[in-house]
Amino acid sequence: MAVFPRRRQAIVIATVVGLALSATACGDGDGNDSGSGNETSAECSAFEKYSGNDGKKVTIYASIRDAEADLLEQSWKQFTDCTGIEIDYTGSGEFEAQLQVQVDGGNAPDIAFIPQPGLLATFANAGKLKAAPADTKASAEANYPADWLKYSTVNGTFYGAPLGSNVKSFVWYSPKTFKEKGYTIPKTWDELIALSDKIAGTGEKPWCAGIESGEATGWPATDWLEDIMLRDQSPEVYDQWVTHQIPFNDPKVAAALDRAGTILKNDKYVNAGFGPVKSISTTSFQEGGLPILDNKCSLHRQASFYANQWPEGTKVGEDGDVFAFYFPAVDPSKGEPVLAAGEFTVAFADRPEVQAVQNYLATPEYANSRAKLGNWVSGNRGADINNFSNPIDKLSVQILQDQSKVLRFDGSDLMPSAVGAGTLWKAMVDWINGKDTASTLAGVESSWK
Amino acid sequence: MDFADISPKLTMLVYGLVAFAVVVGGLLLLLDVVPSYFARRRERQLIAVAAGEAPALPPGRMHKPREFGYAIFFLLPVVVLLLIGLVVPVVRTLVLSLKNGDGSEWVGLDNYGWMFSNGDILSVLWNSLLWVVLVPLVATSVGLIYAVLVDRARLEAVAKSLVFLPMAISFVGASIIWRFVYAYRGEEQDQIGLLNQIVVWLGGTPKQWLLDSPLNTLLLIVVMVWIQAGFAMVILSAAIKAVPGDIIEAARLDGVSAWQMFWRITLPSIRPALIVVIVAITVATMKIFDIVRTMTNGNYDTNVIALEMYNQAFRYQETGQGSALAVFLFILVIPIVIFQIRNLRRQREG
Repeated sequence: MAVFPRRRQAIVIATVVGLALSATACGDGDGNDSGSGNETSAECSAFEKYSGNDGKKVTIYASIRDAEADLLEQSWKQFTDCTGIEIDYTGSGEFEAQLQVQVDGGNAPDIAFIPQPGLLATFANAGKLKAAPADTKASAEANYPADWLKYSTVNGTFYGAPLGSNVKSFVWYSPKTFKEKGYTIPKTWDELIALSDKIAGTGEKPWCAGIESGEATGWPATDWLEDIMLRDQSPEVYDQWVTHQIPFNDPKVAAALDRAGTILKNDKYVNAGFGPVKSISTTSFQEGGLPILDNKCSLHRQASFYANQWPEGTKVGEDGDVFAFYFPAVDPSKGEPVLAAGEFTVAFADRPEVQAVQNYLATPEYANSRAKLGNWVSGNRGADINNFSNPIDKLSVQILQDQSKVLRFDGSDLMPSAVGAGTLWKAMVDWINGKDTASTLAGVESSWK
Repeated sequence: MDFADISPKLTMLVYGLVAFAVVVGGLLLLLDVVPSYFARRRERQLIAVAAGEAPALPPGRMHKPREFGYAIFFLLPVVVLLLIGLVVPVVRTLVLSLKNGDGSEWVGLDNYGWMFSNGDILSVLWNSLLWVVLVPLVATSVGLIYAVLVDRARLEAVAKSLVFLPMAISFVGASIIWRFVYAYRGEEQDQIGLLNQIVVWLGGTPKQWLLDSPLNTLLLIVVMVWIQAGFAMVILSAAIKAVPGDIIEAARLDGVSAWQMFWRITLPSIRPALIVVIVAITVATMKIFDIVRTMTNGNYDTNVIALEMYNQAFRYQETGQGSALAVFLFILVIPIVIFQIRNLRRQREG
């Protein structure tokens, strides 16, 4: 029996076919209008070495989204306009999980910005990544410390140059309040504790913190542990720790975690503006430092990118509402270590246009182009510091470019993701909630296979 | 917002709509044309037979092969989709569960051994058990009691829609609402969470509800019950209304109390509906993921199997362990499915 009377059926078919036709007609229109836009002006002469790839397409996949992704696309606009290479950028909040799925499915992007050297090594070992082109390597070696490039080198092969960076060793404070109350910026660990005691003496809690961050809950506490590992021990011990040459529950690690505990698990010190120690684990990382603005909290250890969390109208700067100072070393005579993080530009393809993009992104010229748009930090020593406008970005770049500082990458990003993005995060949450140091670390150790 | 910014998305939308129209339109057309073609042919044949022009074939033999063709035509898409969407993934998951993290080596039953020896995973299994026992029980009881209480009451429709409304909210949306209910602020500050504000009004001190196990799991279960009770209520209420009036009248004449009426008449009469509700809620509870991920992300000992499976397979790249958890979940669902099928069969026979 017929579902439709005949005539109505004919109308349905006509509509479907008509729609399909008009859609394909639309599709034809928006094709090659950006392709051959080779501008022969002087501006383009700088991009001549990347020429010869007119009309080719390169896909990039990363975790950078929204406003920052717009700035990113703006930063390479001149490059794409001049070379005719089309860059198809996709940002995703589920980047790490989705990248794995795409690569497994034989659908890898040409280029990915990977913020975890551990994940980078996984792909490299699986033979999925292409070695970086010679120009990228030369440019990276000229502009980044060798320590930093080790993080994108697997078994002697260099896979990609750093892109953006951020500095984690910062303590946020209110310059205004410090001035009013006569506090000075501590230069050593002992001075930091003395200042904390002084503030605690007035009946106020000095520190605020928050480690809730959705499925990544716990990560801000791992930064504490890493930063103090670097200060309590030498960078060499830090390297042994993140590569599992010493066990995770080594007494050295326990000492560092206990030192973190002197602040984070001290009811006299935390959690200013929120409640007792345990409120750290349910306070979101975005909110963690905000009591500084209400003068309820004086100190908040968080990375340079926390600058984005202050409400609109907050002046960030040495004479503003909030600013950050370097998280002091335990013994400054042994050098000042810096904990940092950032993405690496790696490629899953080695077509000439992909390598051209890779080469360009590794240059100081690109770093300058991106820096001028604001809200970005680069460790590229060839970049001009005057291009970084935001005071906290400027301070971060100064620290990253300072040859005397010892740079180390965020340890949890170097560990296997089951540990660095799994058991360690959960362990830190349990630790804040009252689990003792020894069994916390033993639990992580047993999960590291 | 600039039109140029959203135009690619609009184009995608148009493509999507066109693809949808083509696929659905095509299917409808096929469903329309094919059976009507056969129907018309049969009609013609019947007319021919009736006119006595064609040799009369035994009628039973004539439509057998055609019925087989029908069956193939309607079954094929389902079989293909089930094969692609269910059978192949199940087999692959089974195979992966016997391999290591990146699928490069066979490890036998190690992943299953890990599952039952690792303290964290054991707590995950216990939590899941708590969910599966409590949610169907509580949600169904609440729904049933409510359905009985509001049956033929004044404003029944309004009362029912109030309980049914949470069903319309997504699990993530409901979780966000309840996270605010449980939210905590320090003693000296204004509470933003309803529960803590009530505690403060009653003279207590605010508490971090989601922090202490096993209370936190129970509080998450409340969210699920809040969503599912409406579903149970609607189905059971319909079943109660379908209880034949003469049985009720006969019972009344025999002088039953309200209590006896419920246990001896209502409950046995709605038993099939009750089973359907319990099975549906049990299966939904076994898969529970969204509520836990949104509210605590499995921290503070609230983790459940589905979330841990996702974490292991997609976040920690431990595909083997993730697959083992998936297989375990699959095995747990099987008895319920068998029970449901047998139940259906018995109903059909009875």
